[in-house]
Amino acid sequence: MIRLTINGLEISVEEGTTILEAAKFYGFPIPTLCYMEGLSPYGACRLCVVEIGEGPKARLVTSCTYPVEEGLKVRTASSRVIKARKMILELLLASCPQSKTIQDLAAAHNVRRQRFKQEYEDCILCGLCVRMCEEQMMAKAIGFQGRGENRSIGTPFNIKSDICRLCGGCIYICPACQLRCTYTEPEKAICGGCANLSPPCLEKEQFDDMMCYMEPCVACEIKKD
Amino acid sequence: MSDEIEYTGICKTCSHAPTCAYRKRSDKPIWYCEEFDNYIPAPKKSTSSGLISILEDIQARYGYLPEGSLRVVAEKTNRSLVDIYGVATFYRAFSLKPRGKHLISVCLGTACHVRGAPAIAEEFQQQLGIRAGETTSDKEFTLETVNCLGACALGPIVVADGHYFSSVKASMVNSIIEKTLAGLDKVEIKTDQRVFPVEVSCSRCNHSLMDTRHLIDGYPSIRVTVSFNHKHGWLALSSLYGSDNVDSEYPIPLDTIVNFFCPHCHTELIGSSDCAECGAPMIPMIVRGGGVVQICSRRGCKGHMLDLSGTIID
Ligand code: SF4
Ligand code: SF4
Ligand code: SF4
Ligand code: SF4
Ligand code: FES
Ligand code: FES
Ligand SMILES: [Zn+2]
Ligand SMILES: [Zn+2]
Repeated sequence: MIRLTINGLEISVEEGTTILEAAKFYGFPIPTLCYMEGLSPYGACRLCVVEIGEGPKARLVTSCTYPVEEGLKVRTASSRVIKARKMILELLLASCPQSKTIQDLAAAHNVRRQRFKQEYEDCILCGLCVRMCEEQMMAKAIGFQGRGENRSIGTPFNIKSDICRLCGGCIYICPACQLRCTYTEPEKAICGGCANLSPPCLEKEQFDDMMCYMEPCVACEIKKD
Repeated sequence: MSDEIEYTGICKTCSHAPTCAYRKRSDKPIWYCEEFDNYIPAPKKSTSSGLISILEDIQARYGYLPEGSLRVVAEKTNRSLVDIYGVATFYRAFSLKPRGKHLISVCLGTACHVRGAPAIAEEFQQQLGIRAGETTSDKEFTLETVNCLGACALGPIVVADGHYFSSVKASMVNSIIEKTLAGLDKVEIKTDQRVFPVEVSCSRCNHSLMDTRHLIDGYPSIRVTVSFNHKHGWLALSSLYGSDNVDSEYPIPLDTIVNFFCPHCHTELIGSSDCAECGAPMIPMIVRGGGVVQICSRRGCKGHMLDLSGTIID
Protein backbone atom coordinates (compact mmCIF):
# COMPACT_ATOMS: atom_id res chain seq x y z
CA MET A 1 0.00 0.00 0.00
CA ILE A 2 1.11 3.55 -0.74
CA ARG A 3 0.42 6.30 1.76
CA LEU A 4 -0.21 9.86 0.63
CA THR A 5 -2.26 12.89 1.62
CA ILE A 6 -5.00 14.47 -0.45
CA ASN A 7 -6.11 17.90 0.71
CA GLY A 8 -4.55 17.13 4.11
CA LEU A 9 -6.29 13.79 4.58
CA GLU A 10 -3.91 10.84 5.06
CA ILE A 11 -4.96 7.93 2.91
CA SER A 12 -3.48 4.71 1.64
CA VAL A 13 -4.17 3.05 -1.69
CA GLU A 14 -2.74 0.21 -3.70
CA GLU A 15 0.38 0.77 -5.72
CA GLY A 16 -0.34 1.67 -9.33
CA THR A 17 -3.51 3.60 -8.49
CA THR A 18 -3.66 7.02 -10.14
CA ILE A 19 -4.22 10.18 -8.13
CA LEU A 20 -7.59 10.54 -9.83
CA GLU A 21 -8.74 7.06 -8.79
CA ALA A 22 -7.55 7.62 -5.24
CA ALA A 23 -9.30 10.99 -5.01
CA LYS A 24 -12.51 9.57 -6.45
CA PHE A 25 -12.41 6.69 -3.99
CA TYR A 26 -12.07 9.06 -1.05
CA GLY A 27 -14.70 11.41 -2.38
CA PHE A 28 -12.66 14.38 -3.63
CA PRO A 29 -14.20 15.61 -6.86
CA ILE A 30 -11.89 16.22 -9.80
CA PRO A 31 -13.46 17.21 -13.12
CA THR A 32 -12.45 15.12 -16.11
CA LEU A 33 -13.21 15.11 -19.79
CA CYS A 34 -10.97 12.66 -21.61
CA TYR A 35 -11.05 10.11 -18.80
CA MET A 36 -13.53 7.25 -18.80
CA GLU A 37 -13.60 4.25 -16.56
CA GLY A 38 -12.75 1.16 -18.52
CA LEU A 39 -10.54 3.03 -20.98
CA SER A 40 -6.85 3.63 -20.50
CA PRO A 41 -6.09 7.19 -19.34
CA TYR A 42 -4.75 9.42 -22.05
CA GLY A 43 -4.08 12.80 -20.46
CA ALA A 44 -5.29 14.87 -23.38
CA CYS A 45 -7.67 17.45 -21.93
CA ARG A 46 -5.64 18.52 -18.85
CA LEU A 47 -8.87 19.27 -17.02
CA CYS A 48 -8.02 16.90 -14.18
CA VAL A 49 -4.97 18.89 -13.06
CA VAL A 50 -4.02 18.76 -9.37
CA GLU A 51 -1.11 20.31 -7.50
CA ILE A 52 1.54 18.06 -5.98
CA GLY A 53 4.65 18.82 -3.91
CA GLU A 54 5.28 21.78 -1.71
CA GLY A 55 6.80 25.26 -1.79
CA PRO A 56 8.77 26.13 -4.92
CA LYS A 57 8.71 22.51 -6.03
CA ALA A 58 4.94 22.39 -6.21
CA ARG A 59 3.65 21.63 -9.70
CA LEU A 60 0.54 20.77 -11.65
CA VAL A 61 0.10 17.27 -13.02
CA THR A 62 -2.78 15.47 -14.71
CA SER A 63 -4.26 13.26 -12.03
CA CYS A 64 -5.70 10.74 -14.49
CA THR A 65 -2.25 9.66 -15.60
CA TYR A 66 -0.15 10.26 -12.47
CA PRO A 67 0.40 7.18 -10.29
CA VAL A 68 0.42 7.69 -6.52
CA GLU A 69 3.79 7.93 -4.76
CA GLU A 70 4.71 7.30 -1.15
CA GLY A 71 4.35 10.51 0.90
CA LEU A 72 2.87 12.49 -2.00
CA LYS A 73 0.98 15.63 -0.98
CA VAL A 74 -1.89 16.36 -3.35
CA ARG A 75 -4.16 19.40 -3.45
CA THR A 76 -7.19 19.07 -5.69
CA ALA A 77 -8.64 22.55 -5.21
CA SER A 78 -5.81 24.97 -4.49
CA SER A 79 -6.12 28.43 -6.02
CA ARG A 80 -3.52 27.47 -8.58
CA VAL A 81 -5.53 24.38 -9.58
CA ILE A 82 -8.78 26.36 -9.80
CA LYS A 83 -7.13 28.99 -11.97
CA ALA A 84 -5.66 26.42 -14.35
CA ARG A 85 -8.93 24.51 -14.55
CA LYS A 86 -10.89 27.64 -15.43
CA MET A 87 -8.39 28.52 -18.11
CA ILE A 88 -8.65 25.06 -19.63
CA LEU A 89 -12.44 25.33 -19.62
CA GLU A 90 -12.24 28.71 -21.31
CA LEU A 91 -10.02 27.24 -23.99
CA LEU A 92 -12.39 24.32 -24.46
CA LEU A 93 -15.30 26.74 -24.79
CA ALA A 94 -13.31 28.68 -27.34
CA SER A 95 -12.80 25.63 -29.50
CA CYS A 96 -16.01 23.66 -29.09
CA PRO A 97 -18.80 25.74 -27.51
CA GLN A 98 -21.56 23.53 -28.89
CA SER A 99 -20.58 20.57 -26.72
CA LYS A 100 -23.11 19.96 -23.98
CA THR A 101 -20.43 18.25 -21.89
CA ILE A 102 -18.16 21.27 -22.07
CA GLN A 103 -21.02 23.69 -21.42
CA ASP A 104 -22.01 21.76 -18.30
CA LEU A 105 -18.44 21.64 -17.04
CA ALA A 106 -18.02 25.36 -17.61
CA ALA A 107 -21.25 26.13 -15.80
CA ALA A 108 -20.29 23.92 -12.88
CA HIS A 109 -17.01 25.76 -12.51
CA ASN A 110 -18.49 29.18 -12.87
CA VAL A 111 -16.85 29.94 -16.19
CA ARG A 112 -19.24 32.35 -17.88
CA ARG A 113 -17.31 33.68 -20.83
CA GLN A 114 -14.29 32.96 -22.89
CA ARG A 115 -11.83 35.56 -24.06
CA PHE A 116 -10.29 33.83 -27.06
CA LYS A 117 -11.12 33.69 -30.73
CA GLN A 118 -14.31 31.70 -31.07
CA GLU A 119 -14.05 28.50 -33.12
CA TYR A 120 -16.53 25.73 -33.71
CA GLU A 121 -14.38 22.62 -33.81
CA ASP A 122 -16.15 19.34 -34.27
CA CYS A 123 -13.49 17.44 -32.37
CA ILE A 124 -11.37 18.29 -29.36
CA LEU A 125 -8.99 15.38 -29.97
CA CYS A 126 -9.73 13.84 -26.61
CA GLY A 127 -9.18 10.39 -28.09
CA LEU A 128 -12.14 8.84 -26.29
CA CYS A 129 -13.60 7.43 -29.49
CA VAL A 130 -10.26 5.93 -30.51
CA ARG A 131 -9.84 4.20 -27.16
CA MET A 132 -13.48 3.12 -27.09
CA CYS A 133 -13.14 1.55 -30.51
CA GLU A 134 -9.89 -0.20 -29.68
CA GLU A 135 -10.31 -1.16 -26.05
CA GLN A 136 -14.00 -1.88 -25.69
CA MET A 137 -15.13 -2.72 -29.20
CA MET A 138 -11.89 -4.47 -30.16
CA ALA A 139 -12.18 -2.95 -33.61
CA LYS A 140 -9.38 -0.38 -34.05
CA ALA A 141 -11.28 1.05 -36.95
CA ILE A 142 -10.44 4.69 -36.23
CA GLY A 143 -7.36 6.51 -35.06
CA PHE A 144 -5.47 9.77 -35.00
CA GLN A 145 -4.01 11.02 -38.24
CA GLY A 146 -1.94 13.99 -39.34
CA ARG A 147 -0.34 16.30 -36.86
CA GLY A 148 -0.38 19.82 -35.55
CA GLU A 149 -3.17 21.83 -37.08
CA ASN A 150 -4.14 18.97 -39.32
CA ARG A 151 -4.51 16.37 -36.61
CA SER A 152 -7.82 14.63 -36.83
CA ILE A 153 -9.62 11.40 -36.19
CA GLY A 154 -10.71 9.09 -38.92
CA THR A 155 -10.57 5.75 -40.62
CA PRO A 156 -7.47 4.94 -42.69
CA PHE A 157 -7.69 6.82 -46.00
CA ASN A 158 -10.95 8.29 -44.68
CA ILE A 159 -12.98 5.71 -46.48
CA LYS A 160 -15.47 3.16 -45.24
CA SER A 161 -13.69 0.94 -42.78
CA ASP A 162 -14.04 -2.78 -43.29
CA ILE A 163 -13.44 -3.52 -39.63
CA CYS A 164 -15.88 -1.01 -38.11
CA ARG A 165 -18.58 -2.96 -36.31
CA LEU A 166 -21.15 -0.16 -36.65
CA CYS A 167 -21.54 -0.33 -32.91
CA GLY A 168 -21.87 3.42 -32.48
CA GLY A 169 -19.53 3.36 -29.49
CA CYS A 170 -17.52 6.25 -30.87
CA ILE A 171 -20.58 8.44 -31.29
CA TYR A 172 -21.91 7.48 -27.90
CA ILE A 173 -18.76 8.52 -26.10
CA CYS A 174 -17.88 11.67 -28.03
CA PRO A 175 -18.16 14.79 -25.88
CA ALA A 176 -18.02 17.11 -28.86
CA CYS A 177 -20.63 15.99 -31.29
CA GLN A 178 -23.63 14.79 -29.35
CA LEU A 179 -25.41 18.09 -29.58
CA ARG A 180 -25.02 18.47 -33.30
CA CYS A 181 -26.40 15.05 -33.89
CA THR A 182 -29.56 16.01 -32.11
CA TYR A 183 -30.53 19.10 -34.04
CA THR A 184 -29.89 21.90 -31.60
CA GLU A 185 -27.84 23.82 -34.11
CA PRO A 186 -30.11 23.45 -37.13
CA GLU A 187 -27.75 24.64 -39.86
CA LYS A 188 -25.00 22.33 -38.68
CA ALA A 189 -27.16 19.49 -37.48
CA ILE A 190 -26.65 16.16 -39.11
CA CYS A 191 -29.36 13.61 -39.48
CA GLY A 192 -29.84 12.79 -35.85
CA GLY A 193 -30.89 9.45 -37.14
CA CYS A 194 -29.21 7.44 -34.42
CA ALA A 195 -31.61 8.98 -31.98
CA ASN A 196 -34.50 9.62 -34.33
CA LEU A 197 -35.29 6.68 -36.51
CA SER A 198 -36.71 8.62 -39.41
CA PRO A 199 -33.84 10.88 -40.42
CA PRO A 200 -34.01 13.16 -43.41
CA CYS A 201 -31.98 11.50 -46.10
CA LEU A 202 -28.73 13.38 -46.42
CA GLU A 203 -25.54 13.07 -48.36
CA LYS A 204 -22.76 12.57 -45.85
CA GLU A 205 -20.35 14.59 -48.01
CA GLN A 206 -22.47 17.68 -47.44
CA PHE A 207 -21.36 17.60 -43.85
CA ASP A 208 -17.65 17.56 -43.97
CA ASP A 209 -17.47 18.18 -40.26
CA MET A 210 -19.58 15.20 -39.36
CA MET A 211 -17.87 13.03 -36.82
CA CYS A 212 -19.70 9.82 -37.57
CA TYR A 213 -17.49 7.03 -38.90
CA MET A 214 -20.28 4.57 -39.48
CA GLU A 215 -20.90 3.67 -43.06
CA PRO A 216 -23.52 2.95 -44.12
CA CYS A 217 -25.46 5.18 -41.78
CA VAL A 218 -27.09 2.93 -39.27
CA ALA A 219 -30.34 4.85 -39.34
CA CYS A 220 -30.56 4.83 -43.10
CA GLU A 221 -30.05 1.09 -43.14
CA ILE A 222 -32.85 0.61 -40.67
CA LYS A 223 -35.14 2.83 -42.72
CA LYS A 224 -34.61 0.84 -45.90
CA ASP A 225 -36.06 -2.37 -44.51
CA MET B 1 1.57 -9.54 -77.84
CA SER B 2 4.46 -8.42 -75.72
CA ASP B 3 4.21 -8.69 -71.99
CA GLU B 4 5.41 -5.17 -71.45
CA ILE B 5 2.56 -3.67 -73.39
CA GLU B 6 0.12 -5.75 -71.44
CA TYR B 7 1.30 -4.22 -68.19
CA THR B 8 0.95 -0.65 -69.33
CA GLY B 9 -1.65 1.27 -67.45
CA ILE B 10 -2.37 -1.44 -64.96
CA CYS B 11 0.07 -0.57 -62.28
CA LYS B 12 0.63 3.14 -61.87
CA THR B 13 2.49 2.77 -58.66
CA CYS B 14 6.03 3.44 -59.70
CA SER B 15 7.73 5.11 -62.60
CA HIS B 16 8.73 1.77 -64.10
CA ALA B 17 5.15 0.78 -64.69
CA PRO B 18 5.27 0.63 -68.51
CA THR B 19 8.36 -1.55 -68.59
CA CYS B 20 8.06 -3.24 -65.23
CA ALA B 21 10.13 -6.37 -65.11
CA TYR B 22 8.55 -7.68 -61.93
CA ARG B 23 4.89 -7.85 -62.56
CA LYS B 24 3.91 -11.37 -63.30
CA ARG B 25 0.16 -11.02 -63.28
CA SER B 26 -1.48 -8.23 -65.15
CA ASP B 27 -4.83 -8.95 -63.53
CA LYS B 28 -3.54 -8.40 -60.01
CA PRO B 29 -3.34 -5.04 -58.35
CA ILE B 30 -0.24 -3.51 -56.89
CA TRP B 31 -0.01 -5.55 -53.75
CA TYR B 32 0.78 -8.55 -55.86
CA CYS B 33 3.79 -6.78 -57.23
CA GLU B 34 6.50 -9.27 -56.37
CA GLU B 35 9.18 -6.70 -56.26
CA PHE B 36 7.04 -4.65 -53.99
CA ASP B 37 6.50 -7.56 -51.68
CA ASN B 38 10.22 -7.85 -51.26
CA TYR B 39 10.26 -4.39 -49.82
CA ILE B 40 8.50 -5.49 -46.71
CA PRO B 41 10.66 -7.66 -44.53
CA ALA B 42 9.22 -10.53 -42.57
CA PRO B 43 7.73 -9.46 -39.23
CA LYS B 44 10.39 -8.46 -36.80
CA LYS B 45 9.80 -7.08 -33.37
CA SER B 46 6.93 -4.67 -33.58
CA THR B 47 8.68 -1.43 -32.81
CA SER B 48 7.43 1.67 -34.49
CA SER B 49 10.97 2.57 -35.55
CA GLY B 50 10.94 -0.62 -37.59
CA LEU B 51 7.73 0.58 -39.13
CA ILE B 52 9.25 3.91 -40.04
CA SER B 53 12.15 2.32 -41.87
CA ILE B 54 9.78 0.10 -43.84
CA LEU B 55 7.73 3.14 -44.81
CA GLU B 56 10.91 5.03 -45.71
CA ASP B 57 11.93 2.21 -48.05
CA ILE B 58 8.58 2.24 -49.75
CA GLN B 59 8.56 6.02 -50.00
CA ALA B 60 12.05 5.99 -51.49
CA ARG B 61 11.15 3.33 -54.03
CA TYR B 62 7.80 4.67 -55.18
CA GLY B 63 8.01 8.32 -54.27
CA TYR B 64 4.91 7.95 -52.12
CA LEU B 65 3.08 5.41 -50.01
CA PRO B 66 0.51 3.63 -52.16
CA GLU B 67 -2.64 2.69 -50.31
CA GLY B 68 -2.11 -0.97 -51.12
CA SER B 69 1.36 -0.84 -49.65
CA LEU B 70 0.07 0.27 -46.25
CA ARG B 71 -2.39 -2.60 -46.28
CA VAL B 72 0.40 -5.06 -47.05
CA VAL B 73 2.56 -3.57 -44.31
CA ALA B 74 -0.32 -3.93 -41.86
CA GLU B 75 -0.85 -7.54 -42.81
CA LYS B 76 2.78 -8.53 -42.88
CA THR B 77 3.82 -6.84 -39.66
CA ASN B 78 0.68 -7.66 -37.70
CA ARG B 79 -0.07 -4.06 -37.00
CA SER B 80 -3.40 -2.41 -37.41
CA LEU B 81 -3.98 -0.19 -40.38
CA VAL B 82 -5.04 2.80 -38.25
CA ASP B 83 -1.68 2.83 -36.51
CA ILE B 84 0.23 2.66 -39.76
CA TYR B 85 -1.98 5.31 -41.30
CA GLY B 86 -1.39 7.46 -38.22
CA VAL B 87 2.39 7.22 -38.63
CA ALA B 88 2.19 7.71 -42.39
CA THR B 89 0.22 10.92 -41.98
CA PHE B 90 2.28 12.20 -39.06
CA TYR B 91 5.64 12.60 -40.76
CA ARG B 92 6.13 15.15 -43.49
CA ALA B 93 8.63 12.87 -45.19
CA PHE B 94 5.82 10.54 -46.15
CA SER B 95 3.34 11.32 -48.84
CA LEU B 96 0.16 9.42 -49.57
CA LYS B 97 -0.19 10.94 -52.98
CA PRO B 98 2.18 10.35 -55.89
CA ARG B 99 4.85 12.99 -56.03
CA GLY B 100 6.27 14.56 -59.12
CA LYS B 101 9.81 13.92 -60.33
CA HIS B 102 10.84 17.31 -59.02
CA LEU B 103 9.97 18.75 -55.65
CA ILE B 104 9.81 22.51 -55.17
CA SER B 105 9.38 23.82 -51.64
CA VAL B 106 8.63 27.46 -51.04
CA CYS B 107 9.39 28.68 -47.53
CA LEU B 108 6.51 30.55 -45.92
CA GLY B 109 8.20 30.90 -42.54
CA THR B 110 7.94 34.26 -40.80
CA ALA B 111 11.17 35.75 -42.17
CA CYS B 112 10.46 34.63 -45.72
CA HIS B 113 6.83 35.66 -45.35
CA VAL B 114 7.66 39.28 -44.58
CA ARG B 115 10.07 39.35 -47.51
CA GLY B 116 7.30 38.47 -49.91
CA ALA B 117 7.27 34.67 -49.99
CA PRO B 118 3.49 34.47 -50.45
CA ALA B 119 3.78 36.25 -53.80
CA ILE B 120 6.46 33.75 -54.82
CA ALA B 121 4.33 30.80 -53.81
CA GLU B 122 1.49 32.36 -55.77
CA GLU B 123 3.74 32.74 -58.82
CA PHE B 124 4.74 29.07 -58.64
CA GLN B 125 1.11 28.07 -58.34
CA GLN B 126 0.27 30.17 -61.39
CA GLN B 127 3.13 28.94 -63.53
CA LEU B 128 2.76 25.29 -62.61
CA GLY B 129 -1.02 25.50 -62.63
CA ILE B 130 -1.34 23.65 -59.34
CA ARG B 131 -1.90 24.58 -55.73
CA ALA B 132 0.64 23.98 -52.98
CA GLY B 133 0.56 20.34 -51.97
CA GLU B 134 -0.39 19.20 -55.45
CA THR B 135 1.43 17.51 -58.31
CA THR B 136 1.23 18.56 -61.95
CA SER B 137 -0.74 16.20 -64.16
CA ASP B 138 2.41 15.29 -66.11
CA LYS B 139 3.94 14.18 -62.79
CA GLU B 140 6.90 16.52 -63.28
CA PHE B 141 6.48 18.85 -60.33
CA THR B 142 5.20 18.70 -56.80
CA LEU B 143 4.84 22.06 -55.11
CA GLU B 144 4.78 22.44 -51.39
CA THR B 145 5.09 25.20 -48.87
CA VAL B 146 7.17 24.74 -45.74
CA ASN B 147 7.71 26.65 -42.55
CA CYS B 148 11.27 27.88 -42.22
CA LEU B 149 14.16 26.07 -43.79
CA GLY B 150 16.65 27.61 -41.38
CA ALA B 151 18.15 30.07 -43.87
CA CYS B 152 16.03 33.04 -42.87
CA ALA B 153 18.72 35.66 -43.49
CA LEU B 154 18.83 34.66 -47.16
CA GLY B 155 15.08 34.60 -47.65
CA PRO B 156 12.83 34.24 -49.42
CA ILE B 157 14.07 30.68 -49.82
CA VAL B 158 12.98 28.18 -52.44
CA VAL B 159 14.35 24.65 -52.51
CA ALA B 160 14.17 22.73 -55.75
CA ASP B 161 15.30 19.09 -55.67
CA GLY B 162 17.52 19.85 -52.69
CA HIS B 163 19.13 22.94 -54.24
CA TYR B 164 18.65 26.18 -52.34
CA PHE B 165 17.72 29.40 -54.11
CA SER B 166 18.06 32.51 -51.97
CA SER B 167 16.55 36.01 -52.18
CA VAL B 168 14.04 34.70 -54.67
CA LYS B 169 11.94 37.23 -56.55
CA ALA B 170 8.76 36.47 -58.46
CA SER B 171 10.68 37.19 -61.68
CA MET B 172 13.05 34.28 -60.94
CA VAL B 173 10.30 31.69 -60.68
CA ASN B 174 10.28 30.82 -64.35
CA SER B 175 14.02 30.23 -64.49
CA ILE B 176 13.93 28.09 -61.35
CA ILE B 177 11.27 25.91 -62.93
CA GLU B 178 13.28 25.62 -66.14
CA LYS B 179 16.53 24.83 -64.37
CA THR B 180 14.82 22.21 -62.28
CA LEU B 181 13.29 20.61 -65.32
CA ALA B 182 16.68 20.54 -67.04
CA GLY B 183 18.10 18.68 -64.05
CA LEU B 184 19.77 20.35 -61.14
CA ASP B 185 21.25 17.01 -60.25
CA LYS B 186 23.54 16.86 -63.28
CA VAL B 187 26.93 16.33 -61.77
CA GLU B 188 29.50 19.07 -62.08
CA ILE B 189 32.39 16.89 -63.21
CA LYS B 190 35.08 19.30 -62.05
CA THR B 191 33.80 19.91 -58.57
CA ASP B 192 31.88 16.81 -57.59
CA GLN B 193 33.73 14.57 -55.20
CA ARG B 194 31.57 11.58 -56.00
CA VAL B 195 32.94 11.35 -59.51
CA PHE B 196 36.23 9.62 -60.27
CA PRO B 197 37.58 7.73 -63.31
CA VAL B 198 37.88 3.94 -63.39
CA GLU B 199 39.92 1.85 -65.81
CA VAL B 200 38.26 -1.42 -66.73
CA SER B 201 38.94 -4.59 -68.67
CA CYS B 202 36.95 -7.53 -70.00
CA SER B 203 36.02 -10.07 -67.38
CA ARG B 204 36.83 -12.96 -69.79
CA CYS B 205 39.97 -12.06 -71.71
CA ASN B 206 41.13 -9.30 -69.39
CA HIS B 207 41.87 -7.08 -72.41
CA SER B 208 41.58 -3.40 -71.50
CA LEU B 209 38.31 -1.81 -72.63
CA MET B 210 39.66 1.74 -72.44
CA ASP B 211 39.60 3.86 -75.59
CA THR B 212 42.14 6.68 -75.25
CA ARG B 213 41.19 8.25 -78.58
CA HIS B 214 37.55 8.71 -77.69
CA LEU B 215 37.18 11.03 -74.72
CA ILE B 216 33.99 11.44 -72.73
CA ASP B 217 33.82 13.89 -69.83
CA GLY B 218 37.47 14.60 -70.71
CA TYR B 219 38.63 11.07 -69.89
CA PRO B 220 39.28 7.98 -72.02
CA SER B 221 35.97 6.17 -72.59
CA ILE B 222 35.06 2.53 -72.10
CA ARG B 223 34.41 0.90 -75.45
CA VAL B 224 32.19 -2.13 -75.82
CA THR B 225 30.09 -3.70 -78.53
CA VAL B 226 26.36 -3.69 -77.95
CA SER B 227 23.41 -5.32 -79.56
CA PHE B 228 19.75 -4.46 -79.20
CA ASN B 229 16.68 -4.67 -81.43
CA HIS B 230 18.73 -6.46 -84.15
CA LYS B 231 21.22 -3.62 -84.19
CA HIS B 232 24.89 -4.20 -83.50
CA GLY B 233 27.41 -1.45 -82.93
CA TRP B 234 29.84 0.25 -80.62
CA LEU B 235 29.05 2.04 -77.41
CA ALA B 236 31.39 4.33 -75.52
CA LEU B 237 30.70 4.89 -71.86
CA SER B 238 32.11 7.56 -69.62
CA SER B 239 34.78 6.08 -67.39
CA LEU B 240 33.81 8.44 -64.59
CA TYR B 241 32.13 6.49 -61.88
CA GLY B 242 28.80 8.18 -61.33
CA SER B 243 28.57 9.79 -64.75
CA ASP B 244 26.19 8.22 -67.23
CA ASN B 245 27.24 10.02 -70.37
CA VAL B 246 27.52 7.75 -73.41
CA ASP B 247 28.16 7.90 -77.14
CA SER B 248 26.98 5.18 -79.47
CA GLU B 249 26.90 4.17 -83.09
CA TYR B 250 23.10 3.85 -83.02
CA PRO B 251 20.84 5.80 -80.72
CA ILE B 252 19.61 3.45 -78.02
CA PRO B 253 16.03 4.14 -76.99
CA LEU B 254 15.53 4.77 -73.30
CA ASP B 255 14.57 1.70 -71.27
CA THR B 256 15.99 -0.75 -73.82
CA ILE B 257 17.91 -3.61 -72.26
CA VAL B 258 21.16 -3.90 -74.19
CA ASN B 259 23.52 -6.88 -74.56
CA PHE B 260 27.15 -5.97 -74.00
CA PHE B 261 30.07 -7.73 -75.74
CA CYS B 262 33.80 -7.47 -75.39
CA PRO B 263 35.18 -5.92 -78.62
CA HIS B 264 38.29 -8.14 -78.31
CA CYS B 265 37.17 -11.68 -77.45
CA HIS B 266 33.51 -11.08 -78.44
CA THR B 267 32.12 -12.90 -75.44
CA GLU B 268 29.02 -11.45 -73.89
CA LEU B 269 29.70 -9.46 -70.75
CA ILE B 270 27.13 -10.84 -68.41
CA GLY B 271 27.11 -11.54 -64.73
CA SER B 272 24.76 -13.23 -62.37
CA SER B 273 23.29 -10.26 -60.56
CA ASP B 274 20.34 -8.04 -61.43
CA CYS B 275 20.04 -4.30 -61.11
CA ALA B 276 18.71 -3.21 -57.76
CA GLU B 277 16.94 -0.28 -59.40
CA CYS B 278 15.20 -1.94 -62.32
CA GLY B 279 15.90 -5.66 -62.32
CA ALA B 280 17.73 -5.77 -65.65
CA PRO B 281 20.95 -7.86 -65.77
CA MET B 282 24.08 -6.10 -64.52
CA ILE B 283 27.18 -5.94 -66.68
CA PRO B 284 30.40 -6.72 -64.79
CA MET B 285 33.79 -5.32 -65.73
CA ILE B 286 37.12 -5.77 -64.01
CA VAL B 287 38.58 -2.64 -62.44
CA ARG B 288 42.30 -2.18 -62.88
CA GLY B 289 43.91 -2.49 -59.50
CA GLY B 290 41.33 -5.02 -58.32
CA GLY B 291 37.62 -5.18 -57.95
CA VAL B 292 34.57 -5.20 -60.14
CA VAL B 293 32.31 -2.48 -61.40
CA GLN B 294 28.82 -3.41 -62.51
CA ILE B 295 26.52 -1.27 -64.57
CA CYS B 296 22.91 -1.78 -65.42
CA SER B 297 22.19 -3.00 -68.96
CA ARG B 298 19.05 -0.89 -69.24
CA ARG B 299 19.54 2.37 -71.11
CA GLY B 300 18.69 5.29 -68.86
CA CYS B 301 18.85 3.30 -65.63
CA LYS B 302 21.35 4.73 -63.20
CA GLY B 303 22.02 1.42 -61.45
CA HIS B 304 25.70 0.86 -60.90
CA MET B 305 27.78 -0.80 -58.27
CA LEU B 306 31.43 -0.64 -57.51
CA ASP B 307 33.06 -3.33 -55.46
CA LEU B 308 36.76 -2.73 -55.14
CA SER B 309 37.38 -5.51 -52.66
CA GLY B 310 36.01 -8.62 -54.31
CA THR B 311 37.09 -10.41 -57.43
CA ILE B 312 34.67 -11.80 -59.94
CA ILE B 313 33.46 -15.33 -59.44
CA ASP B 314 32.48 -17.00 -62.67
S1 SF4 C 1 -18.81 2.35 -34.69
FE1 SF4 C 1 -16.98 1.56 -35.70
S2 SF4 C 1 -15.49 3.17 -35.40
FE2 SF4 C 1 -17.11 3.55 -33.91
S3 SF4 C 1 -16.44 2.49 -32.06
FE3 SF4 C 1 -17.73 1.07 -33.18
S4 SF4 C 1 -16.27 -0.12 -34.38
FE4 SF4 C 1 -15.19 1.72 -33.73
S1 SF4 D 1 -14.38 12.65 -32.17
FE1 SF4 D 1 -15.21 13.11 -30.15
S2 SF4 D 1 -14.48 11.42 -28.88
FE2 SF4 D 1 -13.26 11.38 -30.71
S3 SF4 D 1 -11.44 12.58 -30.20
FE3 SF4 D 1 -12.90 13.99 -31.16
S4 SF4 D 1 -14.01 14.87 -29.46
FE4 SF4 D 1 -12.99 13.06 -28.66
S1 SF4 E 1 -25.01 6.65 -38.07
FE1 SF4 E 1 -26.21 7.93 -39.43
S2 SF4 E 1 -27.75 8.77 -38.11
FE2 SF4 E 1 -26.15 8.06 -36.77
S3 SF4 E 1 -24.82 9.83 -36.47
FE3 SF4 E 1 -24.00 8.65 -38.16
S4 SF4 E 1 -24.87 9.61 -39.94
FE4 SF4 E 1 -26.10 10.26 -38.21
S1 SF4 F 1 7.74 -2.64 -59.92
FE1 SF4 F 1 5.86 -3.04 -58.79
S2 SF4 F 1 5.03 -1.06 -58.48
FE2 SF4 F 1 6.51 -0.81 -60.10
S3 SF4 F 1 5.37 -1.10 -61.98
FE3 SF4 F 1 6.13 -3.07 -61.39
S4 SF4 F 1 4.47 -3.97 -60.26
FE4 SF4 F 1 4.08 -1.80 -60.32
S1 FES G 1 -9.10 13.66 -17.68
FE1 FES G 1 -7.03 13.73 -17.23
S2 FES G 1 -6.22 14.81 -18.89
FE2 FES G 1 -8.31 14.59 -19.48
S1 FES H 1 11.57 31.70 -42.66
FE1 FES H 1 12.18 30.95 -44.60
S2 FES H 1 14.06 30.03 -44.09
FE2 FES H 1 13.35 30.66 -42.12
ZN1 LIG I 1 37.13 -10.04 -73.81
ZN1 LIG J 1 18.86 -0.93 -63.86
